[in-house]
Amino acid sequence: MLMLTCPYCGIKADETELTPGGEAHLTRFGPEASDEDFESYLFQRKNPKGVHFERWRHAYGCGKWFLAARDTATLEVFGTYPAQSKAPPKRLLTAIRRKRPGWEGWE
Amino acid sequence: MPGSRGFDVKRYSVFAIAREALRWHRGWERAWATPEPKPEYDVVIVGGGGHGLATAYYLGKNHGITNVAVVEKGWLGGGNTGRNTTIIRSNYLQDPSAAIYEKARSLYETMSQDLNMNVMFSPRGVMMLAQTEHEVRGYKRTEMANALQGVKTEFIGPERVKELCPIIHIEGPRYPVLGALWQARGGTARHDAVAWGYARACSAMGMHILQNTEVTGITRDASGVTGIETSRGRIATRKLGLVVAGHSGQLAEMAGFRLPIESLALQALVSEPIKPCMDVVVMANTVHGYMSQSDKGEMVIGGGTDGFNNFTQRGSFHHIEETVRALIETFPMLSRLKMLRQWGGIVDMTGDRSPIISTTPVPGIFVDCGWGTGGFKAIPGSGWAMAELMAKGQPGPLAEAFGLSRFREGRFIDESVAAGVAH
Repeated sequence: MLMLTCPYCGIKADETELTPGGEAHLTRFGPEASDEDFESYLFQRKNPKGVHFERWRHAYGCGKWFLAARDTATLEVFGTYPAQSKAPPKRLLTAIRRKRPGWEGWE
Repeated sequence: MPGSRGFDVKRYSVFAIAREALRWHRGWERAWATPEPKPEYDVVIVGGGGHGLATAYYLGKNHGITNVAVVEKGWLGGGNTGRNTTIIRSNYLQDPSAAIYEKARSLYETMSQDLNMNVMFSPRGVMMLAQTEHEVRGYKRTEMANALQGVKTEFIGPERVKELCPIIHIEGPRYPVLGALWQARGGTARHDAVAWGYARACSAMGMHILQNTEVTGITRDASGVTGIETSRGRIATRKLGLVVAGHSGQLAEMAGFRLPIESLALQALVSEPIKPCMDVVVMANTVHGYMSQSDKGEMVIGGGTDGFNNFTQRGSFHHIEETVRALIETFPMLSRLKMLRQWGGIVDMTGDRSPIISTTPVPGIFVDCGWGTGGFKAIPGSGWAMAELMAKGQPGPLAEAFGLSRFREGRFIDESVAAGVAH
């Protein structure tokens, strides 16, 4: 079973306690945006087979949204961090690079 | 087979069985050829599941294009074609969906004859249980929509549900059966045989089925696609069809574009075989479970999808628990049954839960994906529409509404109600 540590309350929660929220770090486009940008914000997803940055909510815990880095091919969790982050923390990226030398990066 | 130009395929018939019975069944031959890849094909289809093979078959049968290769990374039908719960129905809400799923269902009716392979299509009837007031209203609406679309469905009351499927407990208490949407001409088929039947027919037309051939790259120049790099060398083509379900995103990335798709794991399980007790397909969408009894006697049970991106072909245990917990209330006799196997398939979900059959930003590359949790029932219709798209370069009436541009233009084909989980 998938286990993620909530960065706010520090609890190691299993997935029945959590709600998945899809890809993280999406750029939100609004009314002035081009059709392409708006479509990509709403529908286009990286959907990688490998390292994925995603949103989760500690639904049956503190109720807060947070972000996680996880491998979609092995279900290995690299770490979690607060939802207010504009980009994954450097420490986490270094840890992922160490485990996945060929990884092309998150952007 | 009559009119064959390719691999010499002997016709299957009752006489063939009798002849082989007399010589200890030593005369059965391989159903399709295993050729070396040619350096170039008119059309290359990536993905040797039902949809890819059906596309190849209808390219040959309907459009006379037979210089075709189907490239498969593993073995034929080893992905979702061999992992689904084999349900065939066409009781969708939106007109474009009803058209393509009904086309598929009608092609299933004659598939065994068309392919000279017994795909064991069993139109035993599919009922979708309404277990909440919302579902009752939803299915009555679907019944009306289906009447306008020419798809025969009927909303039936709980007594009729009990009559058709006596093992159902209709009183609840948590999930009482308030009625059901009944499609008498829906049913099941043998999934492996569908893939094998198409492969055999394609091989007989001279097409190349290349198993254990993984695509590692897609090459293109200014005018469009030029070919693919595979684990068995380079193959040149000017027309490439990507029909790879859960891995569509990976292939699209090789070609340099993105798809509005996320890959999730959908689970199913089967019980130990028991005596015949249920001769219809029952879907219970409120509780995320659907069930039929196979010819071997196993109860084939489909469950829910995980909510997170997953390529592992196994899902989370708590989904199985939820499915089984709810099913044993509706089918109390299942409570003592042992489950034999559980597995997952990687389904490609789009934003509106409808498929994509489309041209792409790269000229010469076409995609057929996004069938999500319900691709098996669509195999012949999908292949038919995709073949037309690839042969003409333009979508025909079946594929028209399923273009990639719909996400930009807001022309969604919203089937999240009809499809939901139990698709």
